[in-house]
Amino acid sequence: MTRPTPVAALLLASLVGTGIVAGGPPAQNPGQPASAVQQPREIELTISGDPGTPPRFAVPNFVALSPETADAAKIIGQVLWDDLNFEREFYLIPRDTYATVPAARAPEQIPFSAWRELGADGLVFGSVQKTEKGVRVEVRVFNLSSREQVFSKEYSGGAANPRLYAHTIADEIHQQQRALRGLARTKLTFSSDRNLDKVAGTVQNRDVKEIYIADYDGANQRRITVNRALNITPAWSPDARAIAYTSYRKGFPDILIARIYEGVSESPTGGKGSNFLPVWSPDGTRIAFMSSRDGNPEIYTMKTDGTDVRRITNHQASDVTPTWSPNGNLIAFTSDRTGSPQIYTKNSDGLGTPRRITRSESYADRPTWSSAPFNEIAFASRTSRSGFDIKVFDLMSSQTRQITFGEGTNESPAYSPNGRHLAFTSTRAGGSVQVFTIDRDGRNARQITSSGNNYTPNWSLR
Amino acid sequence: MIRLRIAPAVLCLGLLGVFAIACGGKQPQVVAALAAPDLPLLGSPEPAPAPPEIADLVEERPILAPAPLADETVEERSLEDLNLDAPLPPVFFGLDGSGLDARARTVMAAAAETLKQESSWTVTIEGHCDERGTAEYNLALGERRATAARDYLVSLGISADRLKSVSYGKEFPFDAGHTESAWAQNRRAHFVITAK
Repeated sequence: MTRPTPVAALLLASLVGTGIVAGGPPAQNPGQPASAVQQPREIELTISGDPGTPPRFAVPNFVALSPETADAAKIIGQVLWDDLNFEREFYLIPRDTYATVPAARAPEQIPFSAWRELGADGLVFGSVQKTEKGVRVEVRVFNLSSREQVFSKEYSGGAANPRLYAHTIADEIHQQQRALRGLARTKLTFSSDRNLDKVAGTVQNRDVKEIYIADYDGANQRRITVNRALNITPAWSPDARAIAYTSYRKGFPDILIARIYEGVSESPTGGKGSNFLPVWSPDGTRIAFMSSRDGNPEIYTMKTDGTDVRRITNHQASDVTPTWSPNGNLIAFTSDRTGSPQIYTKNSDGLGTPRRITRSESYADRPTWSSAPFNEIAFASRTSRSGFDIKVFDLMSSQTRQITFGEGTNESPAYSPNGRHLAFTSTRAGGSVQVFTIDRDGRNARQITSSGNNYTPNWSLR
Repeated sequence: MIRLRIAPAVLCLGLLGVFAIACGGKQPQVVAALAAPDLPLLGSPEPAPAPPEIADLVEERPILAPAPLADETVEERSLEDLNLDAPLPPVFFGLDGSGLDARARTVMAAAAETLKQESSWTVTIEGHCDERGTAEYNLALGERRATAARDYLVSLGISADRLKSVSYGKEFPFDAGHTESAWAQNRRAHFVITAK
């Protein structure tokens, strides 16, 4: 085989990768290697493990080329290890076993054979140097069998948040090695009572809930509203620059939009009726929500400025909790038209008849729709007298699978943008309500919040 | 320091500290100051400029505390007290339901009579749910409970203009417990008087 030039190979790899994301076969469960990308002409760049097993990667601390960057170099190494571990595309060799490998200060000093002895197929080697404006981070990925460099990149920017360099590198490595859209730079938003404020008013002892954001791994938790009221059900705009949520700031429930990088708050409905549960369409032009403006809870959509309101459902029963399909053509929602809450889908222009999705649940709510290559709707299902679990309905096979099993009560699922993970709330950690993430096969539940109680998470698309 | 040993009988503890500082200069005037309880307010060891300052403070006091503010506080507190007495008792609902049973209708008939007598009251009807429903669906269920209570009051002759309904889902439980009796307490329409 003729060896392609690096540029040609890169181009080829990205083309193949794009094909897989856009129209390819359903991807494998997390944890199984993405065999589709392991085609002969890509072998130059893609690190593979033993047949049938994921490639084994080592991610030691980055090298601090300046004394000031020692902390950053350590953080980037650790966070990158966690980020690469999260998607289960690689087996990450535990960092506490690296002590036997002689340290290298520069790429030419890397002891390839020592890393091979540790069982590594791939090595991420990076350095952090102080610059006038902040730091410069260099990263290289080596195929330890061929001793070839398969990835190299340089990043520069501020020194305040070293984790962001690790997240960026992780997303690029997942894309380049596995044709996978990583989500290390995505964020979660949720509602929390952690600041212990009480709602002012004539009824005593009611907890304020404010809207918070956090990195996908729970780092950098920050409050983004100061309404001193009940604020719940936040949802990211597709560009991840705004959050729509349900606020009782004026004494009744209404939709507010927080443009978090501009510090601007908008009230698109003009206060017409009670309005709840906003969710953005995938193209960012419209918001679906629940309102009782015409007498009982129904689903509506509107432009984000509040104009062009369209009623999507029309039934004397309650229609609640809308969510958009990834292409925006359909809206899934909950309706109790048969006597108990069940999941339905309907055209997002409101035309046509709803299709019932859940048929064997006693109570199902909070649909959330996974992105391609999956086509699934996750929801909370009542599985005991006082508890819920997360279940997933596959629209292709019409099969339902359960991914939590009675560890506390589990509610409010929200898909990650690549469809491989869900955020949800659970009381499994001692009774308080906390946000967790979990893989779509039910493995790797991770606790994201621990302060106060935390509710109704939503995962940003970018 | 000898003078200090004579004085304690008439000193309160708070004065002692000030007095000890004042005694540093061992001025005889300090002993005289013991008889004047206002002096420590000045926080100064120099007694000479004191009298005019006290006079100024007394002059300024009436300017503070405007009357309207005080009135408003009284009004708010009385509305709180009124709601604490719950002259319009809550009505309760069955699991996952928003229908008013016979007992709820009896309670609301009495509420309608009260509202006819207190014709200036306006009321917000809050719909609440127990924790056994999901956070999202409960927003709709609370809405239906509040609306059911409002519609029944309207059917009994109370003007809809005086009634507002708000759903709180399961956000504000009355009883934070996880028992049948706590859940029964939390499935309710709660009446809050917002003007009288």
